[in-house]
Amino acid sequence: MSPIETAETAPEPASKIELPAHVGGGGEIPTFDVTLRVRRYNPEYSEESTWEDFSMTMYGTDRVLDALHKVKWEQDGSLSFRRSCAHGVCGSDAMRINGRNRLACKTLLKDLDTSKPITVEPIKGLPVEKDLIVDMEPFFQSFREVMPFLVNRGHEPAKERLQSAEQRERFDDTTKCILCAACTSSCPVFWTDGQYFGPAAIVNAHRFIFDSRDDAGDMRLEILNDKEGVWRCRTTFNCTEACPRGIQVTQAIAEVKQAILARQV
Amino acid sequence: MQVHKYDVIIVGAGGAGMRAAIEAGQNAHTAVLTKLYPTRSHTGAAQGGMCAALANVEEDNWEWHTFDTVKGGDYLVDQDAAEVMAKEAIDAVIDLEKMGLPFNRTPEGRIDQRRFGGHTRDHGKAPVRRSCYAADRTGHMILQTLYQNCVKHNVEFYNEYYVLDLLTVEEDATREDGTPYKQKRIAGVVSYDLATGELHVFQAKSVILATGGAGKVFKTTSNAHTLTGDGMGIAFRKGIPLEDMEFFQFHPTGLAGLGILLSEAARGEGAILRNSEGERFMERYAPTIKDLAPRDIVARSMANEVREGRGCGPNKDYVLLDLTHLEPAHIDAKLPDITEFARTYLGVEPYTEPVPVFPTAHYAMGGVPTNISAEVLQDNDTIIPGLYAAGEVACVSVHGSNRLGTNSLLDINVFGKRAGMAAAIYAKTAEFVELPESPEASTVALLDHVRTSDGGEKVALIRKDLQDTMDANMQVFRTAESIDRVLADIATFEERYSRITVQDKGKRFNLDLLEAVELGFLLELAKVMTVAALHRQESRGGHYREDFPDRDDENFMKHSMAYKDAAVSVESSAEHIAGIRLETKPVVVTRYQPMVRKY
Repeated sequence: MSPIETAETAPEPASKIELPAHVGGGGEIPTFDVTLRVRRYNPEYSEESTWEDFSMTMYGTDRVLDALHKVKWEQDGSLSFRRSCAHGVCGSDAMRINGRNRLACKTLLKDLDTSKPITVEPIKGLPVEKDLIVDMEPFFQSFREVMPFLVNRGHEPAKERLQSAEQRERFDDTTKCILCAACTSSCPVFWTDGQYFGPAAIVNAHRFIFDSRDDAGDMRLEILNDKEGVWRCRTTFNCTEACPRGIQVTQAIAEVKQAILARQV
Repeated sequence: MQVHKYDVIIVGAGGAGMRAAIEAGQNAHTAVLTKLYPTRSHTGAAQGGMCAALANVEEDNWEWHTFDTVKGGDYLVDQDAAEVMAKEAIDAVIDLEKMGLPFNRTPEGRIDQRRFGGHTRDHGKAPVRRSCYAADRTGHMILQTLYQNCVKHNVEFYNEYYVLDLLTVEEDATREDGTPYKQKRIAGVVSYDLATGELHVFQAKSVILATGGAGKVFKTTSNAHTLTGDGMGIAFRKGIPLEDMEFFQFHPTGLAGLGILLSEAARGEGAILRNSEGERFMERYAPTIKDLAPRDIVARSMANEVREGRGCGPNKDYVLLDLTHLEPAHIDAKLPDITEFARTYLGVEPYTEPVPVFPTAHYAMGGVPTNISAEVLQDNDTIIPGLYAAGEVACVSVHGSNRLGTNSLLDINVFGKRAGMAAAIYAKTAEFVELPESPEASTVALLDHVRTSDGGEKVALIRKDLQDTMDANMQVFRTAESIDRVLADIATFEERYSRITVQDKGKRFNLDLLEAVELGFLLELAKVMTVAALHRQESRGGHYREDFPDRDDENFMKHSMAYKDAAVSVESSAEHIAGIRLETKPVVVTRYQPMVRKY
């Protein structure tokens, strides 16, 4: 870390300060009407998928997930979608909102155009099971294939392995992945070729390839040098735009490509 | 219905479940049943760190950590368990590092450490840097690292399998003193496959409960929607007691109105709390360690500021977390995620504006009672062979009446590992317990009732009413009157619950049905919490009774043990609540006698 202030060196904050008049948000929370246009599908009853509209009044701090809950809890209990943490860390509720992959719990309604219906669909490229729920197994299969775990062949020290702050920083960005599949299911190559590893698997390979403690980088590069590996990437940046964690996905893929080339030189 | 057979079944794939799976999976035929995909569990939401006396950045030792844990828990901690946890913390952190966890580093390349509430040098002299961390996403890193290692060791997962029943049998047995008793034994579990709606029975020699907490009994909570206390609920229904359920932690800094957690690490890195007058009010409540006092004290201080009219905002109902005196570069390096939460959800820029915060229901200190080997107890002393519990579902009790920050990530690693090892060792020599006749019968009956009941009551509305009354009456301040209000409300909710209608009648991914089942657990657990709170006529840690504001060691320095017992009637119950029998269990005291708890 750079020599910035720490809790130990920073001066003690003042016991009392003057607060500006309208500090910390505040004010009345505005309400507005929205219509969700949801892609419905339940093969128990029909092989056809249909659009269904739901209208409701929501608050300025509400997210798309709150609107989906309002439908499920007050209008139609059969509407099915995955969710858990509801603040963007568990990765359960990636879906296609107004044509873009996002987490429903991180997308505020007020940031969307609520004058028109908000479309909500399952993420693309994975088999739909029911409404917004897709089969995640192919996605996790690709993840498992890139050896997403630390391999260390060296002598095991009694204490922790040393790693400099700079070495740690090298792969920081790709440690943020929550396996939500927003990136992979935004990738046009993945839509047309389900065999492609996809951005998320490559991100997780990157996380270990550039970890100074890891000894299996060559094996992962070999895996990703496959015809369904990194070379399928067409650098369309959909994945980077879709990532709810702000990971520079396309850059990570480019770094893996470079590592493969450098190794072959 | 399918029947599967494993040596070890682990219920839950959060930190405790996967840590157990890494041990058990390498030594016994093991499967993990989880109602979510493995990396979706709420361990991933933990932010600040995991304490261990590594002494990488300043002098520290595990004995100080033990003391802080005991004092932090207001002396209701079982001191043998706290000692195990503080000692094994060091290896637990090193284990994670070796598994690949990317901890932040010191300039020398060692694991970096920072301050956290209630963790002190030399028995309370000053805050100590004990928390090992990975930015403000330590829980995320732990969850990912454990899952990565489960992949490495080919651990078998059954994803989106909801465990709805424990299969237990009772045998006649005799104690050493000759008295007869019923010995429970574990035979397996019954689970519901979300994708198909089919039931699966898993016969197992060992079962580990690692299902996490029950924060959804409250409205304002940092907990995930899925934290509905299923593991505690199924154990309780099988006659297994629940320990210390009156103790629920309210984390001081939830985003106001939303409950989303802002880590204590913010205060560890120098952020402070202010009221509407701009005053750093913690100086008045905890003069020595101020904003880094334990959570129960900070949460109560905040609620008191609001109550006395010094809250902020249009309704004067929150206080402010002030980071504006910290360098933006420091904030970005150490607290990137939580500052993004403030921007995303409240539209507040923490570099320049203080963030509205208020206490949020965070952690159940109580749970299924275990000993230090993670074996589940059926009463004060008798273990249930083959049944284990670890993490928030369990009460070992290392947290007593108030958990210190970071000690939950530690708990899941230390006792998850212990549970996994013990379960595998037990399975090596134990025989399968024969399954009861029609093992799935009670689960079928439960689901049939929920599916066919047609009284028109909405699950979501009952749940909201439960959460509202719990927030209003069972939060940081409690009185006999407020507790009685909850009990009266719960009686009406139980009646309404018998008349629910579930709209989704299908088999595939029927989450509507499962939300109804989960509400049954929430109602049952809320009632246990509330009855136990009524019984405890003292204030200790997270449980504050305004009508009994002092700690009363003479009458109440003991654990509460709540049993589901149909023989208890309104007349025979001291709390006038039918169906729940309250007993107590002694606290294990080794080296620390209770003292006045000041910071």
